[in-house]
Amino acid sequence: MLPITIDGVSFSYTPEAPVLTDVSLQFKAGATAVIGQNGAGKTTLMKLLNGLLKPVTGSVRIGAIDTREHPTSAIARHVGLVFQNPDDQIFKHRVKDEVEFGPLNIGKSAAQAQELALTALERVGLRAKVDENPYDLSYAERKQICVASILAMDTRVVVFDEPTISQDAVGVRRMGEIVRGLADEGKTVISIVHDMNFVAEYFDWVVVMANGRVLQTGSPEAVFQNKMTLALAHVEAPAMGKLSTAMGMSNFSLTVESFVAEFAAEFVTELQDFQNKLRGDRGEMKL
Amino acid sequence: MISVNGLTYHYPNTQQPALQQISLAVRHGETLGVLGANGSGKSTLCYALMGLVPHFYKGGYTGQVTVDRISVANSHLGEMAQHAGLVFQNPINQFSGAKLTVEDEIAFGMENLGFAPSVMRERIEWVSEMLRITQLLQRNPYQLSGGQMQRVAIASVLALRPQVLILDEPTSQLDPLGTSEVFEALRSLRREGMTTVIVEHKAELLAESCDRLCVLKDAEVQIVDSPNVVFGHPDVQQWGIEIPRYSQVFKAFVPTAADVPATLPDTVERLENYVADHD
Repeated sequence: MLPITIDGVSFSYTPEAPVLTDVSLQFKAGATAVIGQNGAGKTTLMKLLNGLLKPVTGSVRIGAIDTREHPTSAIARHVGLVFQNPDDQIFKHRVKDEVEFGPLNIGKSAAQAQELALTALERVGLRAKVDENPYDLSYAERKQICVASILAMDTRVVVFDEPTISQDAVGVRRMGEIVRGLADEGKTVISIVHDMNFVAEYFDWVVVMANGRVLQTGSPEAVFQNKMTLALAHVEAPAMGKLSTAMGMSNFSLTVESFVAEFAAEFVTELQDFQNKLRGDRGEMKL
Repeated sequence: MISVNGLTYHYPNTQQPALQQISLAVRHGETLGVLGANGSGKSTLCYALMGLVPHFYKGGYTGQVTVDRISVANSHLGEMAQHAGLVFQNPINQFSGAKLTVEDEIAFGMENLGFAPSVMRERIEWVSEMLRITQLLQRNPYQLSGGQMQRVAIASVLALRPQVLILDEPTSQLDPLGTSEVFEALRSLRREGMTTVIVEHKAELLAESCDRLCVLKDAEVQIVDSPNVVFGHPDVQQWGIEIPRYSQVFKAFVPTAADVPATLPDTVERLENYVADHD
């Protein structure tokens, strides 16, 4: 893993409008979701992580690398950033060329770049479209190309800016599996997310931002049970959290699976029978 | 209010139909949610209801679409704009790019259709109150938050007083606050009796806000029914749509239920009943 330390960072595009004020954070291995309203400073924070922006005060360190002392091209070997809008990222006329660009640029051979690109395109479900022009594909598919481009660079830190935008149910699940897969490989995954169910189901940690400051960091359970944080950041708890609270459950669930198990344990009297039945049904239930 | 009969359509230079034998009816004052995987035909259906198909996008078109008793194929886009208004995914694509205040932006469509200034003023007042943007009228539309921008886009469409409002993924680019502002506006339009068709992936929000849902898969309608029946359908897993977590929980306890709750209050009530029945 590559620890990321943000220490007392402030940033502004113009002197009169601070975007980030005295932000200190540490990102660990695993998946961290960054949540909060538009304008909270989330995208600026993501651009500071890969050196596209440098802090005005304070420092951002990727392992031992201080981003102020290295060009963005050097930091890009360690931190891959998937932009929110794919059209800000894509510039090649063929999907394959777009995805190979990153690995070639950090010194991989043509054969290695091709292999990395094809593996990444397989992972996002676009293996069949390698020879197409990205602009003949849908917005959601262009977003997937951008994810593949960063996966192909095999960086130790992967940063996403709203990976689920425009994705349908299958696309959202695939993005979730990619986040989980990277985190389980020991990489550091950091993602801006607006869908709280997605946060609840795939992330280990949550950073809540409002007005350029960090409001809270913690586990999804801790953050989504903090009513003050939710109100200040204008977000609601995920569906299963709200249902746990509304049903007066002793444990706060984040996923359908955990809610079902908790509810059965707490309320269903013929528990043993029920669990046996649940086990029997599970194959076709696909929760 | 809307009637679609046997509509089959394919875009120019394509063989694969984007819509295949679509038949559905939307009643006056009803909110219909449209769900489906990407590429299933949702946006094309929106275009067919407001005339971009077949008047802008040509291609092969058979079947009948009538909106507010007007045959879409026999009308033209200018006329259709006063019967069916479309709100796009991204409000910036909807804005004229030529106006510097929200008020002028809302007036833009009416100016193009030659409305009298007194009518324009009355409509702007009406629509701004309904969408709660009165305090934004003198602001620059490009300096608003995403939720505010999308409400201005909806207002500029509603100012033409269409009988039908069509929204194509209106919250896909918004943060949670913006999304809830737009859905709150849609619920108040529903109370006013607006006929609305909304394409959206967020199943839990659709379930709270729609009378019925239509699921599209591979250009065909799979079902048109209440959210509780749609999400309880045995084939729901095959349609490639998001299923509300609430429905998934209920189905885990009552796998055979044909009618499942899809919102928080309904789920709480049905689970409490379930527990009472098993005590």
